[in-house]
Amino acid sequence: MLKLILDILSVPAILVGLIALLGLVMQKKSTSDILKGTIKTILGFLVLGGGAGIAVGALENFGLMFQQAFNVQGVVPHNEAVVALALETYGTTTAYIMAFGMLANILIAKFTRLKYIFLTGHHTLYMACLIAVILMVSGLEGFVLILIGALVLGLTMAFFPAIAQPTMRRITGTDDVAFGHFGTAGYVLSAWVGKLVGKGSRSTEEMNFPKGLGFLRDSTVAVAIVMGIFYIIVAVGSGAAFVSDLSGGQNHIIFAIIQAITFAGGVYVILQGVRLILAEIVPAFKGISERLVPDAKPALDCPVVFPYAPNAVLIGFLSSFVAGIVGMFILISLDATVILPGVVPHFFCGATAGVFGNATGGRRGAVIGAFAQGLLITFLPVLLMPVLGDLGFANTTFSDADFGIVGILLGNLAKLFMN
Amino acid sequence: MKILVACGSGLGSSFMMEMNVVKVLKELGVENFEVDHCDLSSAATIKADIYIGTRDIASNLTSLGDTISLNSMIDLNELREKLEGMLKQKGLL
Repeated sequence: MLKLILDILSVPAILVGLIALLGLVMQKKSTSDILKGTIKTILGFLVLGGGAGIAVGALENFGLMFQQAFNVQGVVPHNEAVVALALETYGTTTAYIMAFGMLANILIAKFTRLKYIFLTGHHTLYMACLIAVILMVSGLEGFVLILIGALVLGLTMAFFPAIAQPTMRRITGTDDVAFGHFGTAGYVLSAWVGKLVGKGSRSTEEMNFPKGLGFLRDSTVAVAIVMGIFYIIVAVGSGAAFVSDLSGGQNHIIFAIIQAITFAGGVYVILQGVRLILAEIVPAFKGISERLVPDAKPALDCPVVFPYAPNAVLIGFLSSFVAGIVGMFILISLDATVILPGVVPHFFCGATAGVFGNATGGRRGAVIGAFAQGLLITFLPVLLMPVLGDLGFANTTFSDADFGIVGILLGNLAKLFMN
Repeated sequence: MKILVACGSGLGSSFMMEMNVVKVLKELGVENFEVDHCDLSSAATIKADIYIGTRDIASNLTSLGDTISLNSMIDLNELREKLEGMLKQKGLL
């Protein structure tokens, strides 16, 4: 019997399903809704694993070609890919930390002045995963691991929205909505840089911007295109003969394009899985927190600020991406691990940094602030990778700024205490 | 009736708007509806009666069918007004 319970509680998919089940029961849903929601959540977790296989297969080929071409290790930071990979080993711990971390967030909002409820569910999942990896790598286990992990997660969920709030008030003109995305350190940096450099600069919204770049909003397409360029560069760089061995004889350019689109497809499948999982858990979290902490502010995902400054969104993306390329060359010259500019983090984080920089420093703030953010998310992953254990050797890592900051702090603290 | 809410990656914002749409539909007393959320790529493959997105992405949805473009994804009053207008126009309210 004990063995059966242990089996149930140590399969991440079932554990997440149980959390959804609990949430649905607490919301007094009908039996059919409860059954449907629980199964969809478990399905989501399994779909996520399938997507990981697709994305990682394509990344492995990328790593091999990059190494052959430039004789250095190249890493594409991509939350979805690294999380899907990590969940195979750290899934159960992640699920526990996520569930209790959300509870900790509600309690912190209830009893302290940090009245923010973090509703960007996929980032909660990714942060829970990062914390699980780091604490387990540093040797913690059992009850202590879950307790510390949940507290750290709950704190990050309340702390980061709090430091973004002063700029959020300027962007939205109200104090009703908060910002919940784990790239916040970069946006605060951008707002700070904007304040320094932006004196007298006019808003980005007073100019016309080409509508033709609108397709970049479609992140799957953007990932495929930008990754395609990278894949073609490494395929040409590593030579047709080398690629031919990898591809089983296929033309190296065709292979590069197909691998890039395969990677985008893997990410797409992972996102479908994440979406299935969150669909049942987030409304429960929202429902419970609204009842328990009615005066709390909901902290929402990046795009919540996009409509306030659509031009700054594109300027921020381009500026951040250029910073990623500049940072990549700096890393190559330093002979360090090379971080390639990932299109998803530079799009979402760069865009948001653009909006934050514009709010404090107009056009100059948007450009230079987003550039600073782009450098930040290029260098943080290099420092983060050593604390990730075996995961640090995969060809991908966490991208957004707060993952780097929390991970580096937590990893080094844990090392200090465990020795 | 099926309503589809879309955003860039189909995770956070569209989900938040979906929950708001459900809330508004209940307030309006509408029954027999289905609301879902997704990313822009998937939106083109899903048949819906009404598509919803914020104004920065709504232009990518209009070719799919009736689209509501929101200036703010958190403003319930704007959503209520535009959704009510659309439902009346379609004779569903």
